[in-house]
Amino acid sequence: MRKHKISNITAEIVLIFIAFLFLLPTLWMFCTSLKAPEQITKFKELLPNPVTIRSYIQGFAGGDFLRYIGNTVFIGLACVVGTVSSCSLVAFGFAKFKAKGKNILFMVLLSTMMVPQTVTLIPAYMLYSKLGWINTYIPLALPAFFATSTFNVFLLRQFFAGLPNELAEAGRIDGCSWLQIFARIYIPNTKPALLVVTINQLVFVWNDYMAPLIYLGKPEKFTIALGLNMFKAQYGGAMDVGPLMAMACLTVAPLLILYICFQKYFVEGIAASGIKG
Amino acid sequence: MKRRKKKRGLQDTSKMFYLFISPWIVGFCVFTFFPMIFSFVTSFTNWSGLDFPTKFGFDNYRQIFTADNSFWTALKNTFYYVGVSVPLNTAVSVGLAMLLNKRLPGTNFFRAVFYLPTICTGVALYIAWMYLYNGDTGFINVLLAKIGIEGPRWLTSYTMAMPSIILMDMFACGTSMTIVLAGLQDIPSTYYEAAELDGANALRKFRHITFPMLSPVIFFNVLMAIIKGVQIFTQPYVMTEGGPARATFVYGLYLYNTAFSYVKFGYASALAWILFAILIIVSLIIFGTSKFWVFYREDVN
Repeated sequence: MRKHKISNITAEIVLIFIAFLFLLPTLWMFCTSLKAPEQITKFKELLPNPVTIRSYIQGFAGGDFLRYIGNTVFIGLACVVGTVSSCSLVAFGFAKFKAKGKNILFMVLLSTMMVPQTVTLIPAYMLYSKLGWINTYIPLALPAFFATSTFNVFLLRQFFAGLPNELAEAGRIDGCSWLQIFARIYIPNTKPALLVVTINQLVFVWNDYMAPLIYLGKPEKFTIALGLNMFKAQYGGAMDVGPLMAMACLTVAPLLILYICFQKYFVEGIAASGIKG
Repeated sequence: MKRRKKKRGLQDTSKMFYLFISPWIVGFCVFTFFPMIFSFVTSFTNWSGLDFPTKFGFDNYRQIFTADNSFWTALKNTFYYVGVSVPLNTAVSVGLAMLLNKRLPGTNFFRAVFYLPTICTGVALYIAWMYLYNGDTGFINVLLAKIGIEGPRWLTSYTMAMPSIILMDMFACGTSMTIVLAGLQDIPSTYYEAAELDGANALRKFRHITFPMLSPVIFFNVLMAIIKGVQIFTQPYVMTEGGPARATFVYGLYLYNTAFSYVKFGYASALAWILFAILIIVSLIIFGTSKFWVFYREDVN
């Protein structure tokens, strides 16, 4: 019993140490953003002393970050609407109907996860460029409306499959159409999963770099990731990294708030997909 | 009567099935299938995106395999990244999940902290890491100096640049950690109790219970990590631009440069298809080995 206790204390100490390592980059970024220039150039301390928000003021003055955030939120919301509506329809189809070729189509769907983004990137770029859609948000948001996010389809299918078929049968007896059964009976029971998909999609759009880099060339169209990297290119060489770290914190803050509010769903989303074996 | 009704019901759902999945069918054709064919055909041409291609044939592939040093460098670096990163992240996620599964005080807090870098894996954090990694003023070397270790030059050292990126990405193992944790919670505690009665030590319990029970989960994680790993792009693009001396020049960077800096669409398409082929071969190998180490509960019956 005593041996057990010692091993638990060791495990607890190890956990605390690892947690410190996992927190360190974010913590350092946040602390640096609150430091005065003199303290930053000394670089030896972690905690800001004195605390000042001058980095944030300088950062906002140096870059159009509110616009970048607005742009990213706009793309994110469009993608959420597209993904939630299209993926849930498709997932419902795969979960609840019997049809010839369904299994093959589902295998095709899953295997698209294997296709590297770069294989389809060039033709997609040419198509959008012919249509005059470069420097618009259409290339970033349009695919979301066609259930291209395979993982989200998979996750929702698992969730729908877990809901009883009797709900649909009851709806049929009451004379509902399949669309009504889907929208009025199943969707209200799928809210947790839809929230998971929403969060997945928002986090993806927020952190995505390659697609915006390729499709958006004008700074006023930039997403937060592109804007921050441009800011880095302009001010990153300076000894005073305060403003850059302040804007990095600003970039991460919405994600952190989302995470703290919906922590349960971040974890549940993974468990709900049933990939655990 | 009953039979007829059943038959009609089936026909009914078949039509409904295709109606419901129609967004995906359209999306699959427009955004995946046709682009794939297009890029496959393009890969046999010298198309630059502007004029109609003047050459057709295996020139791109021949050049890539026989006369393209960048290709081999990029491939080597990508294999390096995937080869170290995937086993490392798998081991770390299993280790962390096992620690969390002890349900010690503060487990929810620790789980939240371990998942945090996974959410913030964007440019912001990469930039922060760049400064943390600075050889002279970086906070990591400041901390190492405090315990008497002279830290390496990290991103500016030829030998340490790739390990630095791998180390940074190790912290983004939250998703696989969570999947493993869910898998651990599915293992009946009676298995361990029985093993303890038989006098099994911790190592044997891991080898004979934990690992076999987790193997489907680990298999899934490894496959996903490889698919993601071969496409690595943003980290080197933002942090090192492929340097120093092309130490972090990965396949994704080479592809991006070929397509969008040099506008060699035909050549870039060939590169993309080679990557796809490699990914398929690696996945098939892993599938092939899976019967030796992946254990499904149904197998027992």
